[in-house]
Amino acid sequence: MAIDKFLIEASHIMMFARSIGDPNPIYYDEDYANSTDCEGIIAPPTFAQSSAQFDPHYFLRPKIGGEGWFGSGKEATGMKPSKSEGSSGGGGSAAAGLHAEQHFEYHLPLKAGDVLSATTKPGKSWEKESKRAGKLKFSESVTEYRNQDGELVITATGVGVQTERPVDS
Amino acid sequence: MLKKSEIKIGDTHKETLVEDLKRTQIVQYAGSSGDYNPLHTDEVFTTKIAGYPSVFAHGMLTMGMTGKMITNYVGDGTLKKYGVRFTSQVWPGDTLESEAKIVDIREENGENLVDLEIVTTNQDGVAVITGSATAKIDS
Repeated sequence: MAIDKFLIEASHIMMFARSIGDPNPIYYDEDYANSTDCEGIIAPPTFAQSSAQFDPHYFLRPKIGGEGWFGSGKEATGMKPSKSEGSSGGGGSAAAGLHAEQHFEYHLPLKAGDVLSATTKPGKSWEKESKRAGKLKFSESVTEYRNQDGELVITATGVGVQTERPVDS
Repeated sequence: MLKKSEIKIGDTHKETLVEDLKRTQIVQYAGSSGDYNPLHTDEVFTTKIAGYPSVFAHGMLTMGMTGKMITNYVGDGTLKKYGVRFTSQVWPGDTLESEAKIVDIREENGENLVDLEIVTTNQDGVAVITGSATAKIDS
């Protein structure tokens, strides 16, 4: 997976902050944000996950134009998700599975107006037995986000897990 | 930003992240993050096809809400690292509390840093996220 242009936009940051229930004005009030040490609107710590919006092939978004979608319509499902398209744009969350771990390293502040690119590489993979969900297959992916000057801004490591049966906690 | 002189190992900060989590907030998160997996928003698919008792929150929504608690504590733009393990699912109706605990105060490459241990629990006291974070602090 690679993303050429992940635009860091103030309105997207505002909507993202709302969705996580964070009323901090650093995420929407430009005048306030300019008066702080951040010197402008910044993105919340987990915002890099929304790079999925900028991945043209992201497999957890319905595609325009008849490729089908596995969520319900008239019937309870359309079809199974395609696993062949690999991991997500969001720092490698679970590919057609569940998200087990997520780690971010922040090298530079992420600011409104930045334009990032992202490349993802596979990391480690391992298996484990679980009472709740049978055999668990874990796989790691590492995404590097760089800004318009080629500087590393965020390193995101996601661990996905595929379970033998649904997890019922 | 936290000040080195005003904190000590063992200090804690606690916040309620959400009370009675609504399906609509999960839908908001799907829209903002771009993760439209029907497991989080489509009750029909999730119960009839996937076999879960109901839709459930994105792990990243819980990580995002937990991040709010952390930045409220350490200040904006100070985080160096933030990582979590998703230990239990979060369902509509859940009420979540999150706590950060200072486990180390140290210097690295000329920067003053604080290491935090993070846990977010639901109304039954079950941990839904455990993790850690590192932030810059003032000397």
